[in-house]
Amino acid sequence: MSAALMPYEEALAKYEPVLGVETHIELGTASKMFCGCPTTFGAPPNTQVCPVCLGLPGSLPVANKAAIEGIIKIGLALNCTIVEWCRFARKNYFYPDMPKNFQISQYDEPLCVDGHLDVEVDGETYRIGIERVHMEEDTGKSLHVGGATGRIHGADYSLVDYNRAGIPLVEIVTKPITGTGDKAPLVARAYATELRELVRALGVSDVRMEEGSMRCDINVSLAPRGSAEWGTRTETKNVNSLRSVERAVRHEIERQAAVLESGGTVVQETRHFHEDTGTTTSGRSKEEAQDYRYFPEPDLVPIAPSREWVEELRASLPELPAARRRRVQAEWGLTDLELRDVVNAGALDLIEDTVKAGCAPAPARKWWMNELSRRAAEQGVELSDLPITPRQVARIQALIDEGSLNDKLARQVFEGVLAGEGDPDQVVAARGLKIVSDEGELSAIVDQVIADNAEVAEKVRSGKVAAAGALVGAVMKATRGQADAARARELILEKLGAS
Amino acid sequence: MSAITRDEVAHLARLSRLALGEEELDHLAAQLDVIISAVARVQEVAAEDIPPTSHALPLTNVFRPDEVRPSLSPEQALAGAPAAEEQRFRVPRILGEEA
Ligand SMILES: [Zn+2]
Repeated sequence: MSAALMPYEEALAKYEPVLGVETHIELGTASKMFCGCPTTFGAPPNTQVCPVCLGLPGSLPVANKAAIEGIIKIGLALNCTIVEWCRFARKNYFYPDMPKNFQISQYDEPLCVDGHLDVEVDGETYRIGIERVHMEEDTGKSLHVGGATGRIHGADYSLVDYNRAGIPLVEIVTKPITGTGDKAPLVARAYATELRELVRALGVSDVRMEEGSMRCDINVSLAPRGSAEWGTRTETKNVNSLRSVERAVRHEIERQAAVLESGGTVVQETRHFHEDTGTTTSGRSKEEAQDYRYFPEPDLVPIAPSREWVEELRASLPELPAARRRRVQAEWGLTDLELRDVVNAGALDLIEDTVKAGCAPAPARKWWMNELSRRAAEQGVELSDLPITPRQVARIQALIDEGSLNDKLARQVFEGVLAGEGDPDQVVAARGLKIVSDEGELSAIVDQVIADNAEVAEKVRSGKVAAAGALVGAVMKATRGQADAARARELILEKLGAS
Repeated sequence: MSAITRDEVAHLARLSRLALGEEELDHLAAQLDVIISAVARVQEVAAEDIPPTSHALPLTNVFRPDEVRPSLSPEQALAGAPAAEEQRFRVPRILGEEA
């Protein structure tokens, strides 16, 4: 049964959305948060488990230093304060995705607090407040057997794999995001995108939403326009792509507006997002699971990061995405729109690496944004998935710059490289794609073309210079496109006394 | 005033998936009340200048290096499981009351 929806524009005319985003990011450490088990994605079930992450009696967790450094880096990159002292907490719940009946998390003492992340939508900057960033451990994966769809409801029993249980997990919680109006879905998506870029730049996680190493929960509530009071919020889980973040917000706005419009009340609950339909359905009601009985984790000692350590980590931060975008925009002389196109095409790294390989920024951008973007779109793959490297693109441009190739021949070289025919120089040699720059050879070809096209040549001689185009075309054909067309034209006009 | 009410004990029992009968609740609520009251006496010695303790040792920042150590084999891991299937722990259906 699908819920009643209010058309988006109407919903926005009547209500102001308030958003919140909770993002879980698995850190890319070699070992788990509190034990030495490996964290390899996709390993056979229960091959990466030990007494600690299975919660067997007598085992003792010890925090992974690299994970603590990772979360502090994330906190610093999000402009957070790193607290001087904090503890882990036990979050107690009875659910088999954690074998010990609790998850080690942080409760009222998060490691990083009070930061922000700026995101841009349609040329406007939105400052997203960060409430907290805390450290916890991931849970196991359940497979629900029986029932029609493998979903939890109607399942006869569940099979649990604890390989993921205990992988370091960072939770990043925004402050309420207000004042975004009809841009709310785009702001939520821009935030998730920027956060992913940021964490990827830090090198602490591979942030792959499709593999679940980054997952978003989206809170949405509506306030009647002009009212200071926020409505009841829902929390949508399972939002596992950037596009879904946008769709989930939009759907909840339309759904909640319809509920309110019909005189109903929004229920505070967990909802599940469905990628196939772009809709949400009710999950467990919140009060059922809310009593977590948090208490300080007695098996772990407090974390008290020294200011020296924090400053050391701050100094180790790489150039962050926003600063990098500003730098390349200035260095490459791009307009805001051009920069946005490059970023949206996923071409920033590729162009920058091409420039680093010795290519000028303008041609580097031209090849990636035109020729190669077109080919990627044709094949339905990401630009970065094309089988060509920035170094190869730079080499092709170098061949153009030294006069060995023109743009037309270069396209054939791109084609050859993409077809797996080898490096640009190998493709040029194998396909015989060098500009005929030997003056004597070109001159002989021009003579031949003039002899073969006496009528046209006569027109040119008598002053119809425009007719020379046909002769240039014949020269290009005779050389299979490998002549320098401008030089050929000069030679033709010279020889016909029309220059 | 009791330290824990019968209703609170019933709530905790439910969260812990313990099926307690009416008589058991009466019995346990009274017992737990005595235990909690006894433990609560610790608060009498807590003074203003003593911060609440969550750990017996005055240590901070105990970390391990990010190094992989051998895990158990799946057979070892599953040895104590009441039921296993496809190299996974088999558990009764979840959210039984709601399905
Ligand atoms: Zn382990």
